[in-house]
Amino acid sequence: MKTVKLSVAYMPLVDAAPLIVAQEMGFAEDEALSLDLIAAPSWSSVRDMLAFGRVDAAHLLSPIPVAMALGLGGVSTPISAVSVLSVNGNVIGVSRALESRLRAQSYGFDFSDAALAATALAKASNGRLTVGVPFPFSMHRELMDIWCQATDLSGIEIEIRTIPPPLMARALADGDVDVFCVGEPWGSISVEQGAGALLLPGNAIWAFAPEKVLAVRTEWAETEPHLLGCLMRAVWRAGRWLSLESSHTAAAELLSRKAWLDIPSEVIDRALSGALTISQTAEQRRVAGLVEFHRGAAQFPWRSHGKWIASQFARRSGLDPVAAMDSAGGVFRTDLFRNALGATSADLPGASEKIEGTLGHATPVASGAGTVILERNEFFDGRVFDPDKT
Amino acid sequence: MLPMSDHLTIVIVEQDRDRALAIVDALATAGDYDVHVIGNVSGLARKIAALLPDIVLIDIDNPTRDMLEELTLASGPLERPVAMFVSSSAGGLARTAVEAGVSAYVVDGLQTDRLKPVLDAAIARFQIMRQMRTELAETRRALEERKVIDRAKGLLMKARGVNEEEAYALLRKTAMDQGRRVADVAEALVTASGLLS
Repeated sequence: MKTVKLSVAYMPLVDAAPLIVAQEMGFAEDEALSLDLIAAPSWSSVRDMLAFGRVDAAHLLSPIPVAMALGLGGVSTPISAVSVLSVNGNVIGVSRALESRLRAQSYGFDFSDAALAATALAKASNGRLTVGVPFPFSMHRELMDIWCQATDLSGIEIEIRTIPPPLMARALADGDVDVFCVGEPWGSISVEQGAGALLLPGNAIWAFAPEKVLAVRTEWAETEPHLLGCLMRAVWRAGRWLSLESSHTAAAELLSRKAWLDIPSEVIDRALSGALTISQTAEQRRVAGLVEFHRGAAQFPWRSHGKWIASQFARRSGLDPVAAMDSAGGVFRTDLFRNALGATSADLPGASEKIEGTLGHATPVASGAGTVILERNEFFDGRVFDPDKT
Repeated sequence: MLPMSDHLTIVIVEQDRDRALAIVDALATAGDYDVHVIGNVSGLARKIAALLPDIVLIDIDNPTRDMLEELTLASGPLERPVAMFVSSSAGGLARTAVEAGVSAYVVDGLQTDRLKPVLDAAIARFQIMRQMRTELAETRRALEERKVIDRAKGLLMKARGVNEEEAYALLRKTAMDQGRRVADVAEALVTASGLLS
């Protein structure tokens, strides 16, 4: 079969898995595609490669296309988030010094209660904390923002600093940052290297946070609708495969290869199976939904997700929230998702927006075939985001 | 706010001293600029802000580049907003720079005609450096492969009692039959024999 080659930029992280699996397990080939996956050294580089046409598609932090649409940051080429590659997948960690102060207060590292963790951390902090996140426009940044704002950490002086994920363990060990929020495997690597301990999974703050998106130039989506459809279906099937428990070992082995993440498969498997080692004493914590690739309509690019991100940016940057949410709603392309997946066995939700933060447990919702069950999506502080109200 | 002085202040972020000096030299021949080099990236955004540059140049492959993105935020440490220059009017120039491997951050409001000679010089230098780096990597890889092929030949000669030429022919035939590179077959053999011994 004749295949068309598409170039796709990505950052070597566990959540780049749908793209790597699409290529390696034949999902791309089934759609007559071959993916030329280009590992990038930084998120700015991924963004620029996509914006300036060096690649056709990219693995991107979900807030980046929103920032671009709002004219924040340097580059403002119109970008469409055509599907969500992964939900959740981040962890929050602390330095060894903070870890021992937390243990001195008999904090139990329950790895689930975000408010309790914040109270303990605020007490252990001496009034000042430097927090490392991978990029200024990232879900990590937003999770830290709502966590700090709604807990005892609001009384602490917090400085947020950008540190590229592969340098995070080192920054923690050197004392450049006291706390970090980073995507796997880099949290587990900081534990492996003895730089710190893990405090919380990202989903303890928001139970269903859109983490990475499949992004293309809006202009490319318009000129290459057929190729885009093929790409989206291949990636969707790869995500579905990844969500099967029986795929975890194979996926971890695959991602660990030198050509992809070049990290031991055992470390990658921790994120996929949700069994993390959180400290030097090999304490284990199990987390349901640590990273989701498919379950709960995870791949559906809810417009309300784009709007939530925009509302966060608007609040911090002093933009008009209504206008910001309007621009951002159009970045998450439920229309393209429906076009591409409509003819497959995928069951799609009837709505394109939802109120975020209201589901306390898995809940069935209206959908084409009546089988869509959304997962818990609460925020730790019980806040609710209604995309129609500001 | 536009800078008052005629001299553009340029910051180069580069950890490799020789490469940094090469860019400084290239800029010196392009015009009269006030050039600073930052080699140690800890606290990068703050260091840059202290120098109040008009232009920041950094290798596009540098992973610490994301630290510079903080400078593009209104609430960032630099009072004057900066932008990856490509977002402004200098569209075509932008693409050329990105392809040459330069990322340039430019303080808002800088005229394209003042920017162009700086970027032309930087692009030319970055292209040379990138080529050298690629060649070096290629040479290293070729040497590595050569070593592995030699070891695989040695293993075959011992195990099958053949001479060097026959050992190589065997490797090549296997590679051709399997549609793989000779170096890959050699590596598989060396790894397998390491496991078995």
